[in-house]
Amino acid sequence: MPERRAVDFARLAGRQLPVRVMVAKDGREPVEARRMLDVLKLDVLGGQEVLLSAEGEGAERALDEMVAFVETDHDAKPAGA
Amino acid sequence: MPEPALRGVGVSPGVAVGPVASMGAGVPEPPADGHPPPNPAAEAEAAAAALEAVAADLEARGERAGGDAADVLQAQAMMALDPGLAEKVEQATAVGRTAARAVFEAFAGYREELAEASQYLAARVADLDDVRDRAVARLLGVPMPGVPDPGHPFVLVARDLAPADTAALDRRTVLAFVTEEGGPTSHTAILARSLGVPAVVGCAGASGLADGVQVLVDGGSGEVVPDPAEAAAAAATRRDAARRAALAGSPSGPGATADGQRVLLLANVRGPAEVPDALAAGAEGVGLLRTEFLFLDRTEPPAVAEQERAYRQVLDAFPAGAKVVIRTLDAGADKPLAFLSPGDEPNPALGQRGLRAVRRSPEVLAGQLEAVGRAAAAGRAEAWVMAPMVATAAEAAWFRDQARHQGVAMAGVMVEVPAAALLAEAVLAEADFASIGTNDLAQYTYAADRQVSGLAAFQDPWQPALLALVARVGEAGRSLGKPVGVCGEAAGDPLLALVLAGLGATSLSMAPAALAEVRLLLARHTMEDCRRLAAAALAAPDAATARRRVREAAPAATELGL
Repeated sequence: MPERRAVDFARLAGRQLPVRVMVAKDGREPVEARRMLDVLKLDVLGGQEVLLSAEGEGAERALDEMVAFVETDHDAKPAGA
Repeated sequence: MPEPALRGVGVSPGVAVGPVASMGAGVPEPPADGHPPPNPAAEAEAAAAALEAVAADLEARGERAGGDAADVLQAQAMMALDPGLAEKVEQATAVGRTAARAVFEAFAGYREELAEASQYLAARVADLDDVRDRAVARLLGVPMPGVPDPGHPFVLVARDLAPADTAALDRRTVLAFVTEEGGPTSHTAILARSLGVPAVVGCAGASGLADGVQVLVDGGSGEVVPDPAEAAAAAATRRDAARRAALAGSPSGPGATADGQRVLLLANVRGPAEVPDALAAGAEGVGLLRTEFLFLDRTEPPAVAEQERAYRQVLDAFPAGAKVVIRTLDAGADKPLAFLSPGDEPNPALGQRGLRAVRRSPEVLAGQLEAVGRAAAAGRAEAWVMAPMVATAAEAAWFRDQARHQGVAMAGVMVEVPAAALLAEAVLAEADFASIGTNDLAQYTYAADRQVSGLAAFQDPWQPALLALVARVGEAGRSLGKPVGVCGEAAGDPLLALVLAGLGATSLSMAPAALAEVRLLLARHTMEDCRRLAAAALAAPDAATARRRVREAAPAATELGL
């Protein structure tokens, strides 16, 4: 994804703490969504699906926010949560 | 004893004399062994502080720079603050690494993984290296990489310049650019011309110039003279003053040769925001209106009405009868668009880009052509439209039919693929005009990726094979009576502009800053001169020889210091 989106995505994930938001692509090992460099490494292109998950208290709200970001700002569609 | 003069390729005319200031040299790799640091906690703390300071500095630079540069700098700041990176640094200091070494090693892991991923990510490696170097420089107490800030105007000397290096450049303090590497289409050359600052690239020995040494830089002849004698400096400055006076007194009207043959002088613009510069420089119209500005960072194409407004803005800025050539969307893998993404391609430069991409999504092109058609009907200047990356006559015909269907009268092709140049007559038979994109044409003719800096020599627009293809297209245009333009950096090189006119270009489109010099030089030569110079360039065995022979055969060029 373009750098600016990766930055915004990682920032938003950082704001969900203490909830840890994870993101994965193509069935590979999930990475922490607030880690900009790991997110960049996923090499997500517009239109590709990513899998978001979260754990901890407030996980559901955090996920809603992350999913909304992904759906509005990108073409990437979350496959589930 | 004065040092011998250096010689490179002059890519932006003008003369400057001033003290050298060098780009921060490469930051050394911190040694792996050495004395074990006394206190891992202190090293960890120092490393964290350095990364935070780097992030703050990058953020501040981003705010100053604005635009695309700001995005890159913000992303870099975010890299420095990555919690995963911080963990890796701490693991390294815990086993006895110095702060600098720990930072270096932590980045190395990410570096390798990014470099092996897609082409897009591999390009981010340079950004990552820059963050690492900044942090390591801070910890080692060595100068920061990047543009120097000596507190007075200076001649910037560098191995080569990348866009990131120059994002925060203060235009008022740089007197001239001199780079050891790079060619006429390097970032340095493009930047210098747009700033109107003299520049010499590919100058062997330049990195050996010490900071503070006075140098004379002649951006026309390519000479760089350390400690110039006063008389030499005065003579060069006089020559430059004569050039400026000639420019100031030169006609600002339409482009023509000394014998009155018209060569349209047009501007390359990236959107309505750049039109005032083009008008101020006396552009007769627009030879390349890029339209990507409307599409980037969008999840779906902009509405027809929005596009029409943007095109109208440009059309109405020029007088009736002027032409504005609108290039349809040129999406590629280096500028991927969500709605046109070709997916993973092993070689994006040879992939579904330009017209190929919109043929897969014809509704995108139809929307754009509809907007052009509507703008053309209501706007003041004439709207022409052209397609990027056309390779065959069939593609040209398809595009022309699409354009006609939307009421666009003039539909042409970009000639960027050698196939289109080799069969120019067949392609041009199916198009209303052609415009040669020399940068991509060079890339595809020499099979040399524009993005690979080690192959920059193949991007030299004076290369004889490239000029031979231009000549073919020029001939086809002449025999069919159809306009052939050149857009791209080549047209903005005043000497080469003469050659291009001689090869049959009926219009030249360039950065607005280059217009005055091209207009002036053209007015001093007849079309017969241009043909003679073109023949000399075509007969040369290589780019450097072609450039030298043409310079020698065009005395007005030397006289004007171009």
